[in-house]
Amino acid sequence: MSVLKTTNLIKRFGAFTALDGVNIEVNEGEVYGFIGPNGAGKSTTIRLLLGILKATEGEARIFGMDVWEDAVDIHKRIAYVPGDVNLWPNLTGGEVIDLFVKLRGSNNKSRREELIKKFDLDPSKKCRTYSKGNRQKVALISAFSSDADLYILDEPTSGLDPLMERVFQECVLEAKSTGKSVILSSHILSEVERLCDKVGIIRQGKMIETGTLNELRHLTRTSLAVETKQPLINLNEMRGVHGVEKKDRALSFQVDAEELDNVIKYVSRFGILSLVSTPPTLEDLFMRHYEGAGKTPKAGVGGAK
Amino acid sequence: MSKQLYKNTRILSGLIVRRDRVRIPVWLISLSTLTIIVAASFTDLYKNEGERQAIAETMRNPAMTAMVGQGYGLENYTNGAMMAHQMLLFTAMAVAIMSILLVVRHTRADEEDGRIEIIRALPAGRLANLNSTILVLFGVNVLLALIVGFGLNALGIESMDLEGSLLYGAAIGATGMIFTAITALFAQLSESSRGTIGFSITILLIAYLLRAVGDVSNEALSWLSPLGWILGSEVYVNNYWWPIFLTVGVASILVVLSLYLNAIRDLEAGFLRAKSGRKKASPFLLSPLGLALRLQRTGLIAWAVGTFILGGSYGSVLGDLESFFADNDMMKNLLPPVEGFSLTEQFLTMLMSVISMICTIPPLMAMLKLKGEESKNRTEHLLSRAVSRIRLMGSYFVISIVSGFAMLSLAAIGLGAVGNSVMEEGIAFGRLYSAAMVYLPAMWIMIGLAALLIGVAPKLSGIVWAYLTYSFFVVYLGGLLQLPEWMSTLSPYNHIPKVPVEEIDYMKLFILTIVAIVIIAVGFIQYKNRDIQG
Repeated sequence: MSVLKTTNLIKRFGAFTALDGVNIEVNEGEVYGFIGPNGAGKSTTIRLLLGILKATEGEARIFGMDVWEDAVDIHKRIAYVPGDVNLWPNLTGGEVIDLFVKLRGSNNKSRREELIKKFDLDPSKKCRTYSKGNRQKVALISAFSSDADLYILDEPTSGLDPLMERVFQECVLEAKSTGKSVILSSHILSEVERLCDKVGIIRQGKMIETGTLNELRHLTRTSLAVETKQPLINLNEMRGVHGVEKKDRALSFQVDAEELDNVIKYVSRFGILSLVSTPPTLEDLFMRHYEGAGKTPKAGVGGAK
Repeated sequence: MSKQLYKNTRILSGLIVRRDRVRIPVWLISLSTLTIIVAASFTDLYKNEGERQAIAETMRNPAMTAMVGQGYGLENYTNGAMMAHQMLLFTAMAVAIMSILLVVRHTRADEEDGRIEIIRALPAGRLANLNSTILVLFGVNVLLALIVGFGLNALGIESMDLEGSLLYGAAIGATGMIFTAITALFAQLSESSRGTIGFSITILLIAYLLRAVGDVSNEALSWLSPLGWILGSEVYVNNYWWPIFLTVGVASILVVLSLYLNAIRDLEAGFLRAKSGRKKASPFLLSPLGLALRLQRTGLIAWAVGTFILGGSYGSVLGDLESFFADNDMMKNLLPPVEGFSLTEQFLTMLMSVISMICTIPPLMAMLKLKGEESKNRTEHLLSRAVSRIRLMGSYFVISIVSGFAMLSLAAIGLGAVGNSVMEEGIAFGRLYSAAMVYLPAMWIMIGLAALLIGVAPKLSGIVWAYLTYSFFVVYLGGLLQLPEWMSTLSPYNHIPKVPVEEIDYMKLFILTIVAIVIIAVGFIQYKNRDIQG
């Protein structure tokens, strides 16, 4: 069942088009990774989903309700963590957490204490004295101590140390295991890779790829390192083979996913001594799309399944 | 002590001047023009010695002494003596506030925002920033002293000779210097810019109160206050210079102390530790209304006390009014006589319009806080939770309306209580209170305008302050400056019936209220339908 669905979402600020037809679908129990470079439109999309900005065109629905019209009802069931948390300097962290939890409606005292302990936060300090990481913790604790059905997280770990990032990841996985949905915008690709079932990549206000990690991997190249009995020749002339380099006695190169079968058949004729295959990381994917601002993206990428 | 504590002070001073290249001239120009204009206007207002002596008589009561200080030379109340008596203290306090704000801006506020950290990471001395701030501020105050001094003398008023005028300027400048030093000291002690401003302003108020109490009862008490020293120079009467040297001397000692404290403390630390707060929120905080109230609590309490004192101090002059008006041309222009009403009652209507406009400031601040929170990206915390925009804006609106009512009531109560104790024939409190309350519809229009701007054009919401200033100008000074009629009709305050001199015109009040309701409604609807910025 779809928890969140946007259809052809467009947002213009004057003459500038920030979002140009964004389609996102998040299903129940799914963790959706939302990635893209700075200024691509991630935060604008999220602010539209929260009903803080009004869409110029298109539709966005959460739990089947309109994000603008039914904002308050939707917000009773979601939890949001912004990337840049500004808090009231003269309230303490504890006060802010209580306020946030109360404003959502639900209340989970034991969970609050547990999370404060887990994230190692001193709730008696005024927010003005908190570092960026500590302000982030306040927002995270308020979010995860509420029983939301959808978590909207906009770069929630910027400013957290690796230890706290681990705690955060546990919280997300725990939410997922109880059937909650998460939309996670992040720059930390390893984090997205570990947590997300589905990934959407946005650039210049357009979704350029969506799919599960496996699906996306098919769209890019696998790295191979091969050592053969007989010298491997004419590899450069094979279709779909790129960047051949000689390393000691092995050859390393990348192969387009669709040519992998042919290439392996060809290589095996030379007698394989060792073969290391590395699947493309999200970073490879990401880089390939972003570097390609000038180049044309490969045909059929968007939404190819 | 490490070497090169002051390295690059010169460059940092340049940076401060560059950052404040508008701010500092604005302060200097407005303070000096105000002083010079008032001095020049005194000669027009009181044409001869007789009129000046009449004013001197009304100044002889304890309430006036508490407000503006002891009157030196009341026996021979020249223009100079009048200037020093009525203007010096308040101008000096304005200069103190300028110094406090500028010093905090360049010391603790910069430190809090992490900008000093960047400076300190560059090859700049540990004390260079504080030192350059103090140097620039001392420079600004010396400049102000010279501009005011020579400016007053240039007016060519007989009783304002060069020495007296320079002393007047020096008294103002010295006040600025000692508060520069006091603020520099608190910038080391407190951990936050708010705290620094709070402590420094508190010292200023204590100085004022000590002097007020001392001047009325025991003069020794006044000598504990820097403002008492300044007034002790008896400008234009006896021209004592030593209090200026005393003030500057104490300022220098405080500067050395603050530099020492700066040298031995850690960056971003203070000597007064912030105490730890609540671990859990009190139930009162847990709603948009509770939060909005909590954020503005201190400010609202301060304003409540302030408006009460304001009412009281206006009330204190009511006793001497009749004699004062009888021989003052300015007041006759301000208030053309009306049959059947005493001058005091007429003056009351004028007072009420001024009081109501001052009492409009806190409700406007309360309303505009909503926009301030939005610019700081904090309204999204609430709107991303189960809080509707109407409820959010409504919270600020309720505080605004209630605070406006409370401020106006407190001022009226203060005015009535003190006024009736000094007048021979008092004014019934009910009449006085209703004279204040008729201004509520005008106040609602101002609040409505703020709400409208927040809904339609949040970036332009400052316009409401300009409108309030305009209203103040045309309603208060319209008669005096002979402004055309249409200018004052543009202000809502002008349409309020002048109770008790005029009857209460309910139709007018009703129309004003309807106008207020309409613009408030438009403001709410627009706020509901626009993008949240920030």
